[in-house]
Amino acid sequence: MDHSPILDLTALAALVPDGAKLAVPTDQAGVAMAATRELIRRGVKHLYLVGIPISGLQADLLIGAGCVKTVETSAITLGEFGAAPRFVDAVRNGSVQLKDATCPAILAALQAAEKGLPFIPLRGIIGSDLLLHRDDWKVIENPFAAGDRVVALPAIQPDVALFHAPFADREGNVWIGRRRELVTMAHAAKQTLVTVEEIRDDNLLADEQLAAGVIPALYVTAVAEARQGAWPLGLWDYYGPDEPVLQSYVEAARTAAGFAGFLREWLAQLSRAAE
Amino acid sequence: MSGCTRQELLISTVASLLEGCRHIAVGASSPIPGAAALLTRARSHGATRVSVLGSTRNNFFTNGAVELFDCAAEGRIDAFFLGGGQIDGQANINLVGTGGDYPTTEVRWPGSFGSAYLYFLVPRVILFREEHSRRVLVEQVDFVSAPGTSEPGVYRQGGPHALVTNLALFDFDRKRKRFRLRSVHPGHTLEEVLDNTGFAFDRPDSVPATPVPDPTTLSMIRGTIRREIAETYPRFAAQALTAQT
Repeated sequence: MDHSPILDLTALAALVPDGAKLAVPTDQAGVAMAATRELIRRGVKHLYLVGIPISGLQADLLIGAGCVKTVETSAITLGEFGAAPRFVDAVRNGSVQLKDATCPAILAALQAAEKGLPFIPLRGIIGSDLLLHRDDWKVIENPFAAGDRVVALPAIQPDVALFHAPFADREGNVWIGRRRELVTMAHAAKQTLVTVEEIRDDNLLADEQLAAGVIPALYVTAVAEARQGAWPLGLWDYYGPDEPVLQSYVEAARTAAGFAGFLREWLAQLSRAAE
Repeated sequence: MSGCTRQELLISTVASLLEGCRHIAVGASSPIPGAAALLTRARSHGATRVSVLGSTRNNFFTNGAVELFDCAAEGRIDAFFLGGGQIDGQANINLVGTGGDYPTTEVRWPGSFGSAYLYFLVPRVILFREEHSRRVLVEQVDFVSAPGTSEPGVYRQGGPHALVTNLALFDFDRKRKRFRLRSVHPGHTLEEVLDNTGFAFDRPDSVPATPVPDPTTLSMIRGTIRREIAETYPRFAAQALTAQT
């Protein structure tokens, strides 16, 4: 096929340009870790990383590896494993620019982008110090009710949305089940890159039961197969996180030298399926 | 302590604040609130719904991450839980960091998550923080992730309801903008609470002890609830809750 969306992992990662506004999901929602390793291997630079609506290991690795210029997120955490050490270090020494947000603000701003709107109003936030540090967030008056103030958030249109999902078909239709934030990401982003556990021969839209959980190929730029592609994170009910690896990461990454050692080893590994 | 673990007492205490809720949502990294919500559901004989983030079996959302927030905005969530690296006497919470000037603070926490929104919209927000110390419970937070109260005219359907720590249970009086000590957990004293709280609070002349879970409650926590919460928090279920023999 001339226009097949199916690429190999390296070719898929090559579609993320330096400086891209890159949207990624939470650690539980399907993180494209194998593709992230390709990005770091390639030495991608100056990313504007957006956590939808938070991020974890992926952000910490990209920040630690020096790939990130700006991070917009509602939190970065390794969950049960504690603080994200490279993120914390980078914020403290000012080496990343931080745009602190709150979860529904990021999700709403993505929804604005998928509707082609310049901004979207949201409840709450007024009185939070987040507003003091977000000069791109404005308090406006509800045009329909005098005295009612709402916060206006500019749309977030990522250059690239990148995530990992269980399966896709050869047309580039991707099954995401009920992880609808992945749909919003794909709708909002200029390009959507997806890695999957499995590429199936049958068209996913041909099955009405599957179709409701599918992101149509219309929104999908490229798909690459990556078995265990979220490792060492988990993928929903398919596989859990690799706890020993995450534990060794959080211990190693406490220092820059420890992080460098972990990264060197991680980059040297082939995909887990090939081991 | 009267035959139950610290965590079992906290679960029972938090659950006592959730009676009558139709829908309780529980955020990330919250095993004790999660267990308390599941206990409330078990006692309600199906009248209470519970959404535990990170769970598959105890999470019926099908519209992605935004559904929790949309639900809250529509008044479909009665109770939620927030914590904080710092919580102050006006129930402002700080999930961002402390020491020095933002953003390059000496201590940096993960971030504000959904607090700057849900605190405004969920009627009964339970502040839950196990550590009860002057570094956590401060007079004034260094960064307001979400304010405890709002000036008139700010759209606000909800806010702080109570604060539960390892030592005590406080109610929050929204009109007075102050906490009021309701009870001190068994094995702890009022002096301990006063010594370890960095903000002023109201209290009755005689402060009662927090009730320990009755045998039926304890049996539920150690049986059904332990099994249900293990799906999302296996380590917690194994380590903090007594296995039923």
